[in-house]
Amino acid sequence: MKALLQKLLMLVPTVLGITIVAFGLIRLVPGDPIEVMMGERRLDPEAHAALVKQLGLDQPLPVQYLDYLGKLLQGDLGRSMVSKAPVSEEFAALFPATIELAFMALFLAVVMGLLLGMAAALKRGTLLDQGVMGLATVGYSMPVFWWGLLLIMTFSVNLGWTPVSGRVAIEYEVQRVTGFMLIDAAMHPEPGAWWSAVRHLLLPGIVLGTASMAVVARMTRSSMLEVLREDYIRTARAKGLPMTRIVGVHALRNALIPVLTVIGLQMGGLLAGAVLTETIFSWPGIGKWMIDAIARRDYPVVQAGILMTALTFIAVNLLVDLLNGIVNPRLRAGGH
Amino acid sequence: MNSPFQEFWQGFKANRGAFIALLVFAALVLAAVFAPWLAPYDPIQQHRAHLLAPPVWMDGGSWQFVFGTDELGRDLLSRLLHGGRASLGLGLAAVVLSLVPGVLLGLLAAFYARSLGPVVMRVMDILLALPSLLLAICVITVLGPGLVNTVLAIAIGALPGFVRLTRAAALTELPKEYVTASRVAGAGTLRLMLVTVLPNCMAPLIVNASLGFSSAILAAAGLGFLGLGVQAPLPEWGTMLSSARDYIQRASWVVTLPGLTILTAVLSINLMGDGLRDALDPKLKRVH
Amino acid sequence: MALLQIDNLRVRFGAFPAVDGVDLHVNAGEVLGIVGESGSGKSVSMMGLMGLIGAPGVVTADRCEFLGHELLKLSERERRRVVGRDVAMVFQDALTALNPSYTVGFQIEEVLKLHLGLKGRAARERAVALLEQVEIPDAARRLQAYPHELSGGMNQRVMIAMAIACGPKLLIADEPTTALDVTIQAQIVDLLLRLQREQGMALIMITHDLALVAGLAQRVAVMYAGQVVETGPVPALFDAPQHPYTQALLAALPEHNQGARRLQALPGIVPGAHDRPAGCLLSPRCPKVQPRCHAERPALVQGVRCFFPS
Repeated sequence: MKALLQKLLMLVPTVLGITIVAFGLIRLVPGDPIEVMMGERRLDPEAHAALVKQLGLDQPLPVQYLDYLGKLLQGDLGRSMVSKAPVSEEFAALFPATIELAFMALFLAVVMGLLLGMAAALKRGTLLDQGVMGLATVGYSMPVFWWGLLLIMTFSVNLGWTPVSGRVAIEYEVQRVTGFMLIDAAMHPEPGAWWSAVRHLLLPGIVLGTASMAVVARMTRSSMLEVLREDYIRTARAKGLPMTRIVGVHALRNALIPVLTVIGLQMGGLLAGAVLTETIFSWPGIGKWMIDAIARRDYPVVQAGILMTALTFIAVNLLVDLLNGIVNPRLRAGGH
Repeated sequence: MNSPFQEFWQGFKANRGAFIALLVFAALVLAAVFAPWLAPYDPIQQHRAHLLAPPVWMDGGSWQFVFGTDELGRDLLSRLLHGGRASLGLGLAAVVLSLVPGVLLGLLAAFYARSLGPVVMRVMDILLALPSLLLAICVITVLGPGLVNTVLAIAIGALPGFVRLTRAAALTELPKEYVTASRVAGAGTLRLMLVTVLPNCMAPLIVNASLGFSSAILAAAGLGFLGLGVQAPLPEWGTMLSSARDYIQRASWVVTLPGLTILTAVLSINLMGDGLRDALDPKLKRVH
Repeated sequence: MALLQIDNLRVRFGAFPAVDGVDLHVNAGEVLGIVGESGSGKSVSMMGLMGLIGAPGVVTADRCEFLGHELLKLSERERRRVVGRDVAMVFQDALTALNPSYTVGFQIEEVLKLHLGLKGRAARERAVALLEQVEIPDAARRLQAYPHELSGGMNQRVMIAMAIACGPKLLIADEPTTALDVTIQAQIVDLLLRLQREQGMALIMITHDLALVAGLAQRVAVMYAGQVVETGPVPALFDAPQHPYTQALLAALPEHNQGARRLQALPGIVPGAHDRPAGCLLSPRCPKVQPRCHAERPALVQGVRCFFPS
């Protein structure tokens, strides 16, 4: 508990720093902020002055910042310049889609990455090992958006196995309950709805998860190989334990420790990659939302997107940190 | 007795994948450098009579446009060659621009671990709170799209990584005796940093710089694809892909060729980086 | 019939013979000391015996019999039933030899479950009893400790507890005290002796410490460059060593060099992978070398591997 609070405390300056960055974003754009936001349409001086007052831009910067911070704490992320709707509402509507995508990608990356990495380590030097590692290298060298286009070309267009866009087939009118299509579609009376949701999530998830899968596989392999050289593995063999137990119990736990850190680091890449993946698959998440906003100069949206993404990333890192403490007894307080 | 460089080169050559990658990459660089002379056409010239011409190996293709043309009739081969200048040059510039300040800041953070160090690391923590692509997008949002801004954006995104790495490596070296010996011999801080400590931190830096190069190319392509990077009609491999989605069925080569080029460049750099790592750090070599 | 009979054990790594023809035997209930310097192959031979040498090492022997089983000819499954139960090994660095991610209790109970089928409370109780047997205070609580929370001496005791958990007939201790403080060393040695007597186990003690062997073992085998060069009963071997290498080892002891400026030592170094002589392995360094020593390799005859024993 105490460790958790300490960690949270350490994060406060970083979080504040991010709010400053997000706050500063609009003001750093060269030119008059109002003209920037209005898309450089010439406003008559009265409307201009009114807007300045309304947006509080006549106040000194520190006051503006505190005002911004105050609004943040109340959950007010401003209003979209384009749709005039509160940004927080739009965000809440779109965020689950991105989370679902990122989780699918993470799930695939972790499961496949661990399996492939372990197989490569256990069959070291064989064709399987070299093949897996070769594919892994290609996997993280691949531009995500091109990989997506290739897969769409092959599986959606040429083979027709997977859909091209959207989260679920339109004929199922899935009610929005949680925002997570896999959950919402499961509540639909027809089982076909859930399968449709899975099919829609599959390709984007694979595309987004490939690079991470490759990194996890490589890391798992090298970590496993290192662990298998350790003295305690020799002791386990001297005890007469079968190989399955030696690998699955003794080696795995220790091999996973550095892999866990790597998985945590992958989240950042996944959030970034989501931006690209959503654009290709027209996936209605915050990535696409932010890119569209940049094109339309909808700065409050961009600002909010950056802020929330950074906060998510920090939260995930904190989680990984905590998990590390649980999995690795040497990190727990009270060592000798 | 071989010089350190010769030993390194032997080790590097032994890794066949890395060596082939080096050759391929060298070919790409030469192609990019000599693009104006190698390219059959001007990359932004539109040949209205030959929109979406297939490449020579497909039906309807001809040697006139070896790799075919895009939706505006621009020769793909010329665009890929010239695009190499943008993509590769961009990547290189971004890495250099993040490496040099990154190393300096990292060294400063290590040497002044009590005063400047924590400040620098805090700022880096904030920058690291955003995935590097999003950080680059932020910078582009403020500065606007374009070639130069893309370099800056990617460099800023990569900076914290190098700062952290250099600082960690320097902190490991600082307590060692050879540093104390230099200090006692009268070396000033600047000399200590650059001549004494830095050379011994080079191994992880070199490896990460090569990875940074490939990430920079991917990031530049990504930004180009999103329309935030190099702007059309300037050729850049990622930008070339941004309108390609509409032509998956009709003109697949518009999709496959630029992406394949990116993959080849990035893959060869990554393989070289692997080879570098194996050749520079014998301890890691054992595991493979 | 000896408990353990080894004839011509060889362990090869590629072209390098780490163990180059070892012959020894251990009788039930006796203590055998194996002494030699680093690189003599003493640890590797025992690990080869236990099946702990993996690729690229190759283990062969004319005979490697334990309790009537031909160890090297057993299937993997059959070997696992013997190893850890009837013959067990204790290693040098206890901290690295224990899995850092699991409690000490977990690692002990694992052996009990595997070989004796004990589970749950029965396993736990037996584990506590074992810890008490190796003189660990507050045994019940210590079960929950992780290796990094215990001292070197305690970890070594845990390893011993794990090894004797199933009542092995033979315990092999590979330099069990080398990594410990001198005061703890004596305790561990006493513990091993006590357990050996109580359980009627045979004990093979691998060490480079001659004094230790002299006080502990009934028989000793001296190893050099992968071979047993002399073997015999203690103290007879130490009183009247016959092989030049054993003589040199004893001559180099501080006790035999009182008042001298330098310890007596053989010139040269142990042959490595590339400079193994065709004849006797000690011939480049032996003070009593004769022409025949360079040409042929002596066999182990009446406990001495030398053409010209003293």
